[in-house]
Amino acid sequence: MIKLVNLHKSYPIGKTDKLHVLKGINLHIKEGEFVSIMGSSGSGKSTLLNIVGLLDSHDEGEYYLNGQKIENLNETKAAVLRNKFLGFVFQSFNLISYKTALENVALPLYYQGMKRKERQKIAMEYLDKVGLKNWANHLPSELSGGQKQRVAIARALVTKPKVILADEPTGALDSTTTDSVMELLKEINDEGMTVFVITHEEEVAEQTKRIVRLKDGIIISDEKTR
Amino acid sequence: MNIFDRDLWREIFSTLTKNMLRTILTTLGVVFAIVILISLLGATNGMKNGFDRLFAGTATNSMFVWGQRTGKPYKGFERGRRISYTMDDVDMLREQIKEIDILSPRIQLGNYKQVSKVARNGQTSGSAVFGDYPSIDKISKKDLVEGRFLNQKDIEDRRKVAVIGNETVKLLYKKDEEPIGSYIRINDVYFQVVGVYKKKDGVNFDGQNAVFIPFTTFQKAFNSGNHVGWFAISVKPQYKVAPVLSKIKKLLKRKYKIHPKDTRAIGSFDLSQIFTGISAFTMVLQGFSYFIGLFTLLAGVIAISNILLITVKERTKEIGIRRALGATPKAIKRQIILEAVVLTVFSGMIGFVASIGILTFLDNKFGHTEYPFVNPSVNLTQVFVSFILMLLLSLLIGLIPANKAVKIKPIEALREE
Repeated sequence: MIKLVNLHKSYPIGKTDKLHVLKGINLHIKEGEFVSIMGSSGSGKSTLLNIVGLLDSHDEGEYYLNGQKIENLNETKAAVLRNKFLGFVFQSFNLISYKTALENVALPLYYQGMKRKERQKIAMEYLDKVGLKNWANHLPSELSGGQKQRVAIARALVTKPKVILADEPTGALDSTTTDSVMELLKEINDEGMTVFVITHEEEVAEQTKRIVRLKDGIIISDEKTR
Repeated sequence: MNIFDRDLWREIFSTLTKNMLRTILTTLGVVFAIVILISLLGATNGMKNGFDRLFAGTATNSMFVWGQRTGKPYKGFERGRRISYTMDDVDMLREQIKEIDILSPRIQLGNYKQVSKVARNGQTSGSAVFGDYPSIDKISKKDLVEGRFLNQKDIEDRRKVAVIGNETVKLLYKKDEEPIGSYIRINDVYFQVVGVYKKKDGVNFDGQNAVFIPFTTFQKAFNSGNHVGWFAISVKPQYKVAPVLSKIKKLLKRKYKIHPKDTRAIGSFDLSQIFTGISAFTMVLQGFSYFIGLFTLLAGVIAISNILLITVKERTKEIGIRRALGATPKAIKRQIILEAVVLTVFSGMIGFVASIGILTFLDNKFGHTEYPFVNPSVNLTQVFVSFILMLLLSLLIGLIPANKAVKIKPIEALREE
């Protein structure tokens, strides 16, 4: 599903210097896997997620998403691919504050050009799936952190993507809600969805099926849990 | 996704109503711009209509020609010779200048050493007394309140009849007295009043205190012989006044042996020039209105664009989220531009309604008075032009915040906490 071959990425600092963030990443994630990327801050895990999420481009190496080689993407193509293949879950939820839970979930479908009625029907199904059917018409400000993240997960799922990309999905949550969100991600994975989690919390990583540890831009270990 | 997509509009509406107060304040600039543009255009039209009313009944393609004293010696004549016309000139002009539509010779009592004294029952009015042909009514229309104007039969029979102004009536008659059929005395000759005209709204060259009697009767009663005071002339619709006037002058100069370059000998007044002047004046005013309106509108639209720039900055994260969820740059761009257009057009509508209110008020206040200001309104073309102006400006100016929004990279937007 995701295949990275000798991936490099560096950011310019000032006029001449460069910060080499990813120094040759080789990673292969198959369909249906539940993978976590572990690393302290500065290890390059966020950069990796941005590249995998088509939010940023790599300098060297190859990246295959769903068998398709990713290169020379312009913004429009990237937007279409993101919408089609990827579902994002962010640490800070990133819900649109003036839209209801239902509208937030339906938004990716809007950009697919789906009709409103159909969109809302599907969005409602996914809200139901994350247990928030009764909160459909609430604004994000009226939801708890765990509820917000579940809305975000429903939004990530609504386009039936190939991969869910979760960037510190539990970073802003307490331990009880963390468990419930991880439980939800596990359920989704059990249904066959590829889930790609980025975290620096050992407890979160342990709940996934494969842990990839990153340090200073290189993979230092890659092992299955249990 | 097309532009008539209901969801697109729902998106735009929901972002615009998010901060209602700011949205309304933003629109004020454009509202005022449209109010100013439409009110100015309407007021200009009102003035134009007012002048039209003022000159209603006066043939706009007409002129007056009279004799003065020569300014140059010519063919043995000294300068300062008095030029006066006769009825022969009337025939000559009618015959030789085909562009003339109506030629009405006129004469006024008191102009030639005679004193005019209009009296009745010991009351005098000091009215001007004109000897006229009925055709004068086609050049300078009289609004009759009672009776009739002079007619051909009066001319032929040299009837002693008179049409008098209602100012004259006020001076000569008591309130309950009926002027029609009564007699007035003009320099010891009695005339029967057959018509009373009233002060028209518009310009009246002969005033309200005047007496009109048949030209032929004038000749007989006041012994003016073949003499003509001046000509009132209108040209046929397809011709312009100025060239016909110079043709007339040339002909008269030849006949009366006036130096061809003598500008003093023949006096004339070209009425059409006043009208050209007025229409040029209203046209300049109209251009001025568009000029002011355009720039106020530009300022208003720029204000909208400015606010949208700020909102784009505020919405960086939201735009980033939308991008991450699959919004193409085009979709974002279109949304911001449409927000600008919707705001502008919406405020324009409010401006239209407000200016209709203002114009109605102006019409009520001045439309039915003596001011040259009637029915201030804008025509469909002007509304259409203002609308297109608004649309184009907002589309253009909307590009600025739209491009700014597109430049936001989702990754940077999402990083912003």
